[in-house]
Amino acid sequence: MLNLYARRRIINAVGLSVSVLAMLFGLFWLCWILWTLLKNGLPALTPTVFTQMTPPPGSSGGLLNAIAGSAMMTLVGTLIGTPIGILAGTYLAEFGQRGWMAPLTRFINDVLLSAPSIVIGLFVYEIYVVRVKHFSGWAGALALSILVIPIVIRTTENMLRLVPSTLREAAAALGAPQWKVINFVTLRAARAGILTGVLLAVARISGETAPLLFTALNNQFWNNHMSQPMANLPVVIFQFAMSPYADWQQLAWAGALLITVSVLTLNILARVVFRQSATPH
Amino acid sequence: MNIDTVINPKIIIKDLNFYYGNFRALKDINLSIAEKMVTAFIGPSGCGKSTLLRTFNRMYQLYPKQKATGEIMLDGENILDPKQDLNMLRAKIGMVFQKPTPFPMSIYDNIAFGVKLYENLSKHDMETRVEWALRKAALWGEVKDILKQSGTGLSGGQQQRLCIARAIAVKPQVLLLDEPTSALDPISTAHIEKLIDELKEDFTIVIVTHNMQQAARISDYTAYMYLGDLIELGETSSVFTNPKRKETEDYITGRFG
Repeated sequence: MLNLYARRRIINAVGLSVSVLAMLFGLFWLCWILWTLLKNGLPALTPTVFTQMTPPPGSSGGLLNAIAGSAMMTLVGTLIGTPIGILAGTYLAEFGQRGWMAPLTRFINDVLLSAPSIVIGLFVYEIYVVRVKHFSGWAGALALSILVIPIVIRTTENMLRLVPSTLREAAAALGAPQWKVINFVTLRAARAGILTGVLLAVARISGETAPLLFTALNNQFWNNHMSQPMANLPVVIFQFAMSPYADWQQLAWAGALLITVSVLTLNILARVVFRQSATPH
Repeated sequence: MNIDTVINPKIIIKDLNFYYGNFRALKDINLSIAEKMVTAFIGPSGCGKSTLLRTFNRMYQLYPKQKATGEIMLDGENILDPKQDLNMLRAKIGMVFQKPTPFPMSIYDNIAFGVKLYENLSKHDMETRVEWALRKAALWGEVKDILKQSGTGLSGGQQQRLCIARAIAVKPQVLLLDEPTSALDPISTAHIEKLIDELKEDFTIVIVTHNMQQAARISDYTAYMYLGDLIELGETSSVFTNPKRKETEDYITGRFG
């Protein structure tokens, strides 16, 4: 018996050490990345980054047009994708018990969820950019919204499934029609979880480069017209980082730091929102 | 066999069968529920007592594979008739569940939610109704200053009384209680039992309970069920002191179950 217990302790110690090593391995790279970003990005992050436009090669400037373009396209993409995602997720969770529609939708959604974002970019290029014959902010927002939809569908469905069925029964037992049960009880109970999903979707699309390369492209100048090609942080970083000019490379570091910090903030925000709802008040 | 034992029946059940898919969970149930009395369903787990309760408001219709056959007459109208309007039926028959189910909204809105489904009350009338329901459920004193706070912040016993208030605010005729105290501590349980005793002045009450002492304490009639059969229905005092059937005696004396 003692032998068995000793064996169990050894296995426990080995398992624990391996997990800690794995964690340290992951953390090591993550910290290295963050360190490099801070080291190179912080000195480049001058006030002019936020006040001036992207410069021509060899001169100094900022990222204002790229920041604004990214913000606009992310916002519009989220505004298009979120309602569609929530509605579809609600359908899957609340009406998807019978029939073939729901399993099929769920399957297609899973495919979409793991589709390479460059494919989404090419798709929007093909159906939209080719037709209107120029790159535009709308096309970029559209591509981003296609990335948002599957994430929001998935989290909405999962969060609605977490709502105990007794809550639905309680509302139905009062004689509430199904649309009222869903609108006023189940969706409300899952509100924080769904909001978390939306925030994570925003975090995901704010760093996407590939879908914007073929849709919004880039713009050297200030532009707040969504129907024109639009500057955005990921593509600017891509372009500037690959260039031989020191000024551009500096700005690329600043942009990379900005994106990372905002994605980190969004993730922390999502966690805070979710935790607040999980603990009873 | 048991229909005649009840005077002044509110609900009369005839040849009720219930199926979960192919599994027959209730077998030819014949039973009457007395008006403005408390009827308790007792029996071991899986005997069908909750299933029987859930046929009274057709709760089972939320699930596609469940179905009931036979008749459940409420004031001469067949509840199981497909033409029966489900929402109007549920306005007449309220239900409280085993686990407290406060909606994720304020205490006030929890009560108003059901009322708004059927009545268009002015703000003042609604406030009066909410207070009436909370007083009936013996909760008013504890929540009158925090009506705008979330219902999910209350204690378990308070949440359950909130659910009772929510159910009676609609002014139903029948109140179904599905093990309403099994998730509560003894003090909250005592609160709710006292409440049930007061509520039967206005409502016909049917309660499912695992707790035989509870059935003995609060009910006027007791029905003992086993494996989907109704074994015995009678006045609670006679069922517990002088059961007619051997199976009932074995169960209430603890020799079985």
